[in-house]
Amino acid sequence: MRTTTSAVVGSAVPDVSGPARTPRRRRRSRAPYLLIAAAVLVILLGMGYPVYWQVVTSLQEFGLAQQFGQPPTFVGLDNYARLFADPSLWAVVTRSVVFCLVNALLTVALGTLFAVLMRAATRAARLVLQVAMLLAWAMPMVAAVTVFKWLFDWRSGVVNWLLVQLGLDGFQGYSWLAQPLTFYLVATLVVVWMSVPFVALSVYAALTQVSEEVMEAAALDGAGPWRAFWNIVVPMIRPVLSIVLLLQIIWDLRVFGQIRLLQDGGAPVSETNLLGNFIYELGVGRQDFAGAAAVSIFVLALTILLSWPYVRSLLKEDEA
Amino acid sequence: MTTATPTRGPVRQSPGRSAAATPRTGRRRTRPGTVAATVAALVVAAVWVFPVYWMVNTSLLPRTQVQSRTPTFVSLDAGTFNYASVLEGSSFLSALRMSLVVTLSTVVLVLVFAFLAALAISRFRFRGRKSFVVALLFIQMLPAEGLFIAQYRMLSSAELLNTAIGVTVLYTAAVVPFTVWMLRGFVAGVPAELEEAAMVDGLSRTGAFVRITFPLLAPGLVAAGVYAFLQAWNEFTIALVALPSNQAETLPLWLRSFLNSSVSQGVNWGEVMAASTLIAVPVIVFFLVVQGRMTGGLVSGAVKG
Repeated sequence: MRTTTSAVVGSAVPDVSGPARTPRRRRRSRAPYLLIAAAVLVILLGMGYPVYWQVVTSLQEFGLAQQFGQPPTFVGLDNYARLFADPSLWAVVTRSVVFCLVNALLTVALGTLFAVLMRAATRAARLVLQVAMLLAWAMPMVAAVTVFKWLFDWRSGVVNWLLVQLGLDGFQGYSWLAQPLTFYLVATLVVVWMSVPFVALSVYAALTQVSEEVMEAAALDGAGPWRAFWNIVVPMIRPVLSIVLLLQIIWDLRVFGQIRLLQDGGAPVSETNLLGNFIYELGVGRQDFAGAAAVSIFVLALTILLSWPYVRSLLKEDEA
Repeated sequence: MTTATPTRGPVRQSPGRSAAATPRTGRRRTRPGTVAATVAALVVAAVWVFPVYWMVNTSLLPRTQVQSRTPTFVSLDAGTFNYASVLEGSSFLSALRMSLVVTLSTVVLVLVFAFLAALAISRFRFRGRKSFVVALLFIQMLPAEGLFIAQYRMLSSAELLNTAIGVTVLYTAAVVPFTVWMLRGFVAGVPAELEEAAMVDGLSRTGAFVRITFPLLAPGLVAAGVYAFLQAWNEFTIALVALPSNQAETLPLWLRSFLNSSVSQGVNWGEVMAASTLIAVPVIVFFLVVQGRMTGGLVSGAVKG
């Protein structure tokens, strides 16, 4: 834990004066430091200090007594030990990981499929699909979740009506958000609906780079469309696919808002909490700031770890 | 949907020579898969657009039709009355004011801070540049969920909860990193030689920058500004902890309260959907402006390889 903690601090607090490995000869002026000063200051204030506070707090006893002015005591890794011994944290972690992986894989699979459709359809159909994707992508998260709550409303929601029309009478007045399983189903639909457009449009952009000649050559060599896709197209767009999947995994770990809004309908909160919601309940709800800080550090460390390949790919662009 | 129907018709009639039916694609031979793909694409488009359509549709319906057990897909009684009653309520306008103050301050601060930093990293080589860039890239990935408890404590001890200043600082800090990265690309796209040529012609360094480089950067600044706007306008997680009072709500928080406050006496979904539409419209408009840049920017590193 100690190494990851220092990694979090190191990256969240830009070490401007730190030892640079390559001594640059050109322009030894102060200008660049003045130019980045404002950005560095606001980042230190808005994100650096909170990270620092979390690291310190997660190593302290910080309960109600400290709220009323008692100085916090240093307890080392006790908060971490306490939380990681708690099965309810592991239940939340497991749920978050499963939710995240299911959503990310589903999103990338559907997005890729839609990108292939865009490539194969006529121009007009492609345009219609692209506009539909853009509309869904543009919807503000809160508005999107609100619309899905209306679609799945137990009383006059259009989904229940449709299912009853299809002969599934059990869905008359069915309350989707009241059971964890159907709750997650609706949450998955919202998240996937909102995320697929980014994947579809990105993968489509990559597919346009695969030349017609390559595909024609594959067809001449006797490859069917299925084989040509798996053996030629997929390897060519693999860099984009892996970045998009990685981003999706990172983004699907942060679904606090969607879950929180869906819980408003009276869902069983403790059974539907994911990591962000767990932190919120621990901190804002139970005022256990030390515990909340420890879980936050865990989430930040996990994000940094997962982001590493993405950041490396962006840095390649910086060096180019 | 309606615009797409004509294409579907002719293609289906003559799959073998559909190239003739779509003369615009010209030389490209239409494969048999095209028909299936076109139909599938249109079905997917319809499914994906449905929630947006349903939002707008419901927002135009009178309460009796919204609450009936049979949904109304098209109505002759449609009107903008739901919008009128949302706008008449004082809470919407005060949330709109809060959202505008927070969003516009964030946009201005982000543009100034990020632009200066983007100049530094694309026009200068300096000690610590690499660490700064790496830090920015990692910071922009950090989730609000991993920081909001600390941010809440920070604002509450500074007595800045429920203020526009507190949220603006947090939003600026969260949006600046990616914006620096975005603008870096634009600044690097304007060759320094242009500036140098202007300096040879007698302009000062500042003069060359203001007269030559800055105008060329306008599209980049617009894109970055819109990006910051979208982030601040849509933000929910930080706002939830930083603005706990319902006197200080931004629009996303307001929409949530608006829905929750009516749950007990039966939600008036027509008004809720009108409110959702009002919040979504500026976003959709701005989104179309920056969309191309966003898709490109996020994965271009991977494409260039």
